[in-house]
Amino acid sequence: MPRITVTVDGVAYEEEVEPRLLLVHLLRDRLGKVGTPIGCDTGNCGACTVMLDGRSAKSCSVLAVQADGSDVVTIEGLAQGGEWHPMQKAFHTEHALQCGYCTPGMIMAAIDLLRDDPDPSEEAVRQGLEGNLCRCTGYCTIVRAVRRGAAEMSQAREPQEVPAP
Amino acid sequence: MSEQLDAGLIAERIAESGELGEPTGAREVGRARRRKEDARLVTGRTTWTDNIQLPGMLYVAFLRSPMAHARITRVDASAARVQPGVVAVYTGADFADEQGSLPCAWPVTEDIVIPDHPPMAVSEVRYAGEAVACVVATDRYKAADALEAIEVDYEPLDAVTDMTEALTEGSPKVHESGNRAFTWKFAGGDIDAAFRDAPVVIERTYVQQRLIPTAMEPRAVVATTDGDDFTLYSATQIPHVLRVMLALTTGIPEHKLRVVAPDVGGGFGSKLQVTAEEVLGLLITRRLGKPVKWTESRSEGNLTVHHGRDQLQRISLAADRDGHIRGVRVDLLADMGAYLMLVTPGIPILGAFMYSGIYKVDAYDFTCTGVFTTKMPTDAYRGAGRPEATFAIERAVDELAHELGLDPIEVRRRNWITHEEFPYTTVCGLTYDSGNYEAATERALALFGYDKLRAEQADRRERQDPVQLGIGVSTYTEMCGLAPSRVLGSLSYGAGGWEHATVRMLPTGKVEVVTGTSPHGQGHETAWSQIVADALGVPFDDVAVLHGDTAVSHKGMDTYGSRSLVVGGVAVLAACEKVKDKARQLAAHMLEASADDIEFTGGSFTVRGTSEGRTIQELALATFAAHDLPDGVEPGLDADATFDPDNFSFPHGTHLCAIEVDTETGRPTIRSYVAVDDVGSVVNPLIVEGQVHGGIAQGVAQALFEEAVHDAEGNLLTTTMADYLIPSAADLPDFTTDRTETPATSNPLGVKGVGEAGTIASTPAVVNAIVDALRPYGVRDVRMPCTPERIWRVLAEAGPAAPGPGGSTASASTSTSGPAPAPVAGQPPAPMSAPAAEGGAR
Repeated sequence: MPRITVTVDGVAYEEEVEPRLLLVHLLRDRLGKVGTPIGCDTGNCGACTVMLDGRSAKSCSVLAVQADGSDVVTIEGLAQGGEWHPMQKAFHTEHALQCGYCTPGMIMAAIDLLRDDPDPSEEAVRQGLEGNLCRCTGYCTIVRAVRRGAAEMSQAREPQEVPAP
Repeated sequence: MSEQLDAGLIAERIAESGELGEPTGAREVGRARRRKEDARLVTGRTTWTDNIQLPGMLYVAFLRSPMAHARITRVDASAARVQPGVVAVYTGADFADEQGSLPCAWPVTEDIVIPDHPPMAVSEVRYAGEAVACVVATDRYKAADALEAIEVDYEPLDAVTDMTEALTEGSPKVHESGNRAFTWKFAGGDIDAAFRDAPVVIERTYVQQRLIPTAMEPRAVVATTDGDDFTLYSATQIPHVLRVMLALTTGIPEHKLRVVAPDVGGGFGSKLQVTAEEVLGLLITRRLGKPVKWTESRSEGNLTVHHGRDQLQRISLAADRDGHIRGVRVDLLADMGAYLMLVTPGIPILGAFMYSGIYKVDAYDFTCTGVFTTKMPTDAYRGAGRPEATFAIERAVDELAHELGLDPIEVRRRNWITHEEFPYTTVCGLTYDSGNYEAATERALALFGYDKLRAEQADRRERQDPVQLGIGVSTYTEMCGLAPSRVLGSLSYGAGGWEHATVRMLPTGKVEVVTGTSPHGQGHETAWSQIVADALGVPFDDVAVLHGDTAVSHKGMDTYGSRSLVVGGVAVLAACEKVKDKARQLAAHMLEASADDIEFTGGSFTVRGTSEGRTIQELALATFAAHDLPDGVEPGLDADATFDPDNFSFPHGTHLCAIEVDTETGRPTIRSYVAVDDVGSVVNPLIVEGQVHGGIAQGVAQALFEEAVHDAEGNLLTTTMADYLIPSAADLPDFTTDRTETPATSNPLGVKGVGEAGTIASTPAVVNAIVDALRPYGVRDVRMPCTPERIWRVLAEAGPAAPGPGGSTASASTSTSGPAPAPVAGQPPAPMSAPAAEGGAR
C-alpha cells in the first residue's frame, strides 16, 4: 500500500493508504477531520472543497495518493489563534448560511476566488461560485458575504502607515 | 467557624465572577440577531450524523434493485460473505420476520389501500433503488466491494410510471389490489350552480413534475446498542415522531430507544420520514451488538429519498364577465409511488384546502385520486401540497385575466378578500384570521416598477423584439403552523399538532430552553433565545437552547410545515410565563409583599411604588438554595408548557417576476424578482429574509430547472447532481424582498411561519411570467420545468405569429379548454368528507 505524507491544517501525517482512497475519506475517516463534509459523488456540489497547496480543490475528486507531499487546509485550519478568517466572519455577519452543510466548501471556494479577483463584482462572485451548491440561502446572502469578505481582506492587506518616530 | 454557605453568599460570588448577566434592556424580538448556530458551522465543528465515530463501528451498504418492478427469485450472498472485512450480509428474507412494515401515519380515507412496505424487499421490488440486501463491513470501501459479489435473480415485471396509464384497465399492477390507493373528496357551496351558465369557464391541466428534495446533507444513520438500550443517530427532522414509529416498527420498547438528530444539513421535508435504513440500522445493531453506520451517496439518495410533487391537476374556474370567480373545481391525480410512506397520502389533502387561494369563491369541488406507480414514493417536500394548489389557482387566474382582457393584478383585486373582511371563512372551510393583500401587493408593485415594465413589454412586442419580456405575478396565502390537534384528527392525521417546551433557570441565573422542535437550518437556537430574553429579561447570550435528542428533549412534534415558531416558539413563550408566575410568588414572599403588588420589568420583580426588588437571576438561585420558600412552592425555577393553537396561520404575500425570453433559443433569464411577504410579527428579520430567499430559489428551481425523469421501464435518469439540476449562484438573480406585518391573531407572538412561503409563491410567478412573454405567439402554457428546449419547442409548435401590442390571442370565446382530462379509475369514491360549510377544517 502506498505510503504518503500530507500536512493537514499544519500537522504532518504519514499514512498508508489504498490507491483508491479519496482525499476526503482520508481527512474524515482516518484523520478525524470531519469539518469537511461530503454532499455528492460527482464533484458537482463542492461541499468538500479544501485548499490543496493553496488552491481550492474538491476533496471527493482527489485521491489521497495525489495529495502526497501536499499541504491541505480545511475549514478547521482556517481560524488563526482563535480568530476567525475574515470570510468566516463575513458569512456569519451576512447570514450566508442556514443549515451550514455547504458552508465549509463555500468559504474555501470564496477565498480561492479572491486570489484571482480580489474585488469581484456580484456577477463575478456568482460565476466564481458556480461549482458550489447551496440549497438553503438562494445565494443572495452568500454573494454579499463574499463581497464583504473581499473588502475586509483587502483592507487587511493595505500597507499599514508607519507611525512617526 | 466555617463560612456558612447560603444563597446570598453564592449570589455574591457569582456576581463577583461577572457571571450574572445584565439584560441590555433592548428588545430582542424583532432584532436582526446574528445566529448562535453559526459558530460551529463556519468553523467545521459540527456533528453531522456521518461525523459520528463510535469504537468498533461497522459500515452498512445496501444493494439496490436495478429494476423498477421485478420478482426476486434468488439471492445468493455466499461470495460476498467471505470477502475480507465483511462481517455480515443480510437479505430481505433474513429480516422478513422482524423488519415489519414502514409506517403510513395518514390514512386519509377509511378504504385507503396501505400496502405492506418491507424495509428490505423480500419477494418483489416495486421501484428502482429498493433495497434487496445489505453488507456490514469494517469500512465503507469494503462494504461497497462486497455488494458486487451478491447475486440476485430478478424476473422482470412490467413497470408503470404514468398515473393515467396506471389507472387504465389492463395496466401493470403495482399491488395486487390495483393501482388506486384512495379517492378523497371535498366540497363547499353549490358547484353545479356556479358552473351552470357561467359566462366564462377556464379549464386547464397542469403537470406538477416530480422533484427530488436534495438537502445538501445526504441522509445518514448511526445505530448502537449495549444489549438492552438502543441509540439511533439520524439526519432526521423528526426525532420524536421517529422514536415512536421505530418503537412500533422494530418492537424495541420506546423507553429503551433514544433518538438523536444531531446537526442536520437541511431537510425540506425529505427528512420527515421513517426510512428503511433507520429501521434496518436498529435491526442490524440488535443482531450484531455492534455500532453501525450507513451514509447514502448522492446517487443512492436521488433514488431513495422520498420525492416531492408529482401530480396531474385538472382545474376549472367558472367566472362572470367582470372577472368574479364563482366556482373552482379540481380533479387531481397524485402519484404515491410504489408505497405509502409516513404522510404520503396527506400531501395532496393539505393542498385541497388551498385551491381557493386568497379569493372569495362561491363554490368548490375537489377530488383527489392517489395512484400507485412503480416509482420511489412521494411525500412531504417544502410546502407539501400548498405549492401545487397555489400554482394551479394562480396560473388559472392569469388565464382568466387573459380571457377577459384584464390585467392579472386587476382580476386579483376584484376577487381577493379585502383587509376589512378578515377573519374570513373560505369556501374550503378555513378561517383566515388576518391578512392585508392590498398592502403587500401595492408595496410589491412599487418596488417592482410594474407600470414601467409593462410599458417596456409593450414596446418589445411592438418592435417584435426577439427577446420578449414577461411579467408574472403570484398572490398567495398558505396554511401553516400545523397545528390544531383536533383539526388534524378530523383529517385522520396520525399525530397531534401541539408543541412542547421547557424553560429552566439554572442556579447561576442562566437559562436552558428545551424545545420539541428539531431545527435543520432554521436558527431556532437564536430565535428561541430572543423570545426568552424578552420574556424573562435576561441577556440573549445567557440562553441556551437544547433540542433534537429524545433523552434531552423528551417530547415534541418536531420541525416541518412552518410550524416551529408558530407552535414551538409560542410554547417557549408559554413556559417563560409559567416561570415568571412562580418567580413572582417567590419575589412576593421574599419582599414580604402581595403578589398582586409585584411588578416585572427589565428582568426584576419589584414592589409597586418602591425600588425594592429581586432580579429573576437572584430568584433562580433562591429557589435552588430553597432555604426559604413559601409554603407549597417546590424548589427550582422551571416550567413545562405545550401549545396547541386553535387555528392554522396564514402567511401571504405578492411575488412579481420579470423574465426575458429569447424566442430564438428559448432561453429564459430572470431579470428581476420582487417578493413582499406578510409572515405576521417577525422575531428575527435576518432569518426571515434568509428563509424567503431560499424558498424563492427552490420554487424558481421547480419552474425552470428541476425534474426527476424516469424512462419507460421506470429507471430514474436523474440520479446525480450532474443530471438533476439544482440551481447554482450563477443561475439565479438577486431577489428584492420586503415585508408587511399583519400579526396573526391565533397566537400571542402574532407570528405566521415563513419556511415555505417563498417556494409556494415563486413557482407560479415565474411560469406566469414565461407564459406572459410568449402570449403574443399564441402560447398558453409551458410545462415545468420551463427549460430553453421546452420553451423553444412550444414556440415552434405555436407556429409563426407576429407579436403585437395586445398579443395575438385575445379572444372573445367564452370557453377554453386545456388538454383532455385524465380518466379516473372506475372504483367508487370514498365517502365524502363533511362539506366545508358544515365544519370541515377550520
